[in-house]
Amino acid sequence: MISVITFKLILVSLLFLVTLGIAAYSTYFERKIAAFLQDRIGPNRAGPFGLLQPIADGVKMIFKEEHRPAGSNRLLFILGPSLAMATALMTSAAIPWGTHIEIGGHSYAFQVADINVGVLYVFAIVSLGVYGILIGGWSSNNKYSLLGAIRASSQMISYELAMGLSIIPIILYTGSLQMSDIVEGQHQVWNVFRYPLGFLIFLICAFAETNRTPFDLPECETELVGGYHTEYTSMKLGFFLFSEYVNMFVSSAMIATLFFGGYHFPGLSSLEHLPNLAAFLGFGVLFAKILFFIFFFMWIRWTIPRFRYDQLMRLGWQVLMPTSIVLIVIYGAIFSFL
Amino acid sequence: MQQILFYILALLAIAFSIATITSRNAMYSVLSLVATFFALAGFYLMLNAEFVAFVHIIVYAGAIMVLFLFVVMMLNLNQSPVNIPRPLLARLAAVVAGGIFGLTLVAALSQTILPTSAESTALAEVGSVRTLGKMLFNEFLLPFELTSVLFIATMVGVVVLTKKEE
Repeated sequence: MISVITFKLILVSLLFLVTLGIAAYSTYFERKIAAFLQDRIGPNRAGPFGLLQPIADGVKMIFKEEHRPAGSNRLLFILGPSLAMATALMTSAAIPWGTHIEIGGHSYAFQVADINVGVLYVFAIVSLGVYGILIGGWSSNNKYSLLGAIRASSQMISYELAMGLSIIPIILYTGSLQMSDIVEGQHQVWNVFRYPLGFLIFLICAFAETNRTPFDLPECETELVGGYHTEYTSMKLGFFLFSEYVNMFVSSAMIATLFFGGYHFPGLSSLEHLPNLAAFLGFGVLFAKILFFIFFFMWIRWTIPRFRYDQLMRLGWQVLMPTSIVLIVIYGAIFSFL
Repeated sequence: MQQILFYILALLAIAFSIATITSRNAMYSVLSLVATFFALAGFYLMLNAEFVAFVHIIVYAGAIMVLFLFVVMMLNLNQSPVNIPRPLLARLAAVVAGGIFGLTLVAALSQTILPTSAESTALAEVGSVRTLGKMLFNEFLLPFELTSVLFIATMVGVVVLTKKEE
């Protein structure tokens, strides 16, 4: 019992560091990829190839002057970015990072919490993510912040529905809401080949949920100055910006887990007598998949322009949601009659 | 361990419920209610009902309360704390109603047989999705279907109400 708790604690702190590290370096790669796509060089002053840029940015964020707008609510103004960051970091607890690890004859699952309704846990936390933005935007006492916050909340509620519906065929196929079962169910064929359309809907919704281009209307700078974080300065602003990258990492992990076989790779079953090697190779493979999707997020951002707000709502409610309901009916019929 | 957890959650639930109804700022009220829902979800988790706990958070904290916040923000109630006039008659009626409700609760409590700890551990599987689904589609099929009809009727009603006259 004690050894399990120690293992989980180590795993949690490790995941925490990895998540923050990936998020920090995502900011660097975002700028490098943007530069590459726009035929520029990108950050190259801090360290070799500009590799120390995230650290320089972090130090800058911390030492900038703190400012709180007049008439804003002090408690809620601090609560906003804290909630945004906390909810972003909580999701990764349910994701299986690899097969079992054996230490001293004991076998430990390479996952923080294998909750029996893991998928629902992730969706519950994602649905709470909107509070940080909403509270931060409202407490700034600024009309642009408020508009950004309201846009964010309606956008996230709208796309959550389609997102939840799009993975129901997977749950029907697996017969379980547990993340580890869903990964095990992709032992032979990845879910993306079984449900290509469901994957597309999930991917679009993931973009909308993380407020990334083409759905970044909550912080649309041509209309709303900076959106919900207009009034934020210093590390509070840093938390908002950073939570977006953490969300991107977690969304990529979810896409890889639900649709791309998670830690599975060809030849995993032949490594059964070497469980630790299999677990770490699986971890590496999962990370390669995650990094590809983070790159994909950035690729889209610098390629496709922003939607208009009415287009966004029409896409969510009139295209994605009906399509996913039809998919549920089709796959339900396939699973019960074939 | 379980008992300590229960008392912490109970304390939080009560404190935040009181904050919900006493707070003058509508924003604080909504947020306290969200916190109350979290404490309740904690109780469900302690009763091995993971499914109910997470659906509770998704539906209430994630969707309904966000809409509440939305309304509070749109009306911009923060500048002036709400001052509702309270006539004497209304106060008297509130006291009587509260007294009757309290009496009902006490009567119900005195009739309840509280489960012993041995019984509650035997129900470890009771809250799982599998058990819940089997219960819903076998024992409670008719009420379940009736509820879905009610939901569809509500949805159609909302669409009709919000549709603009052409």
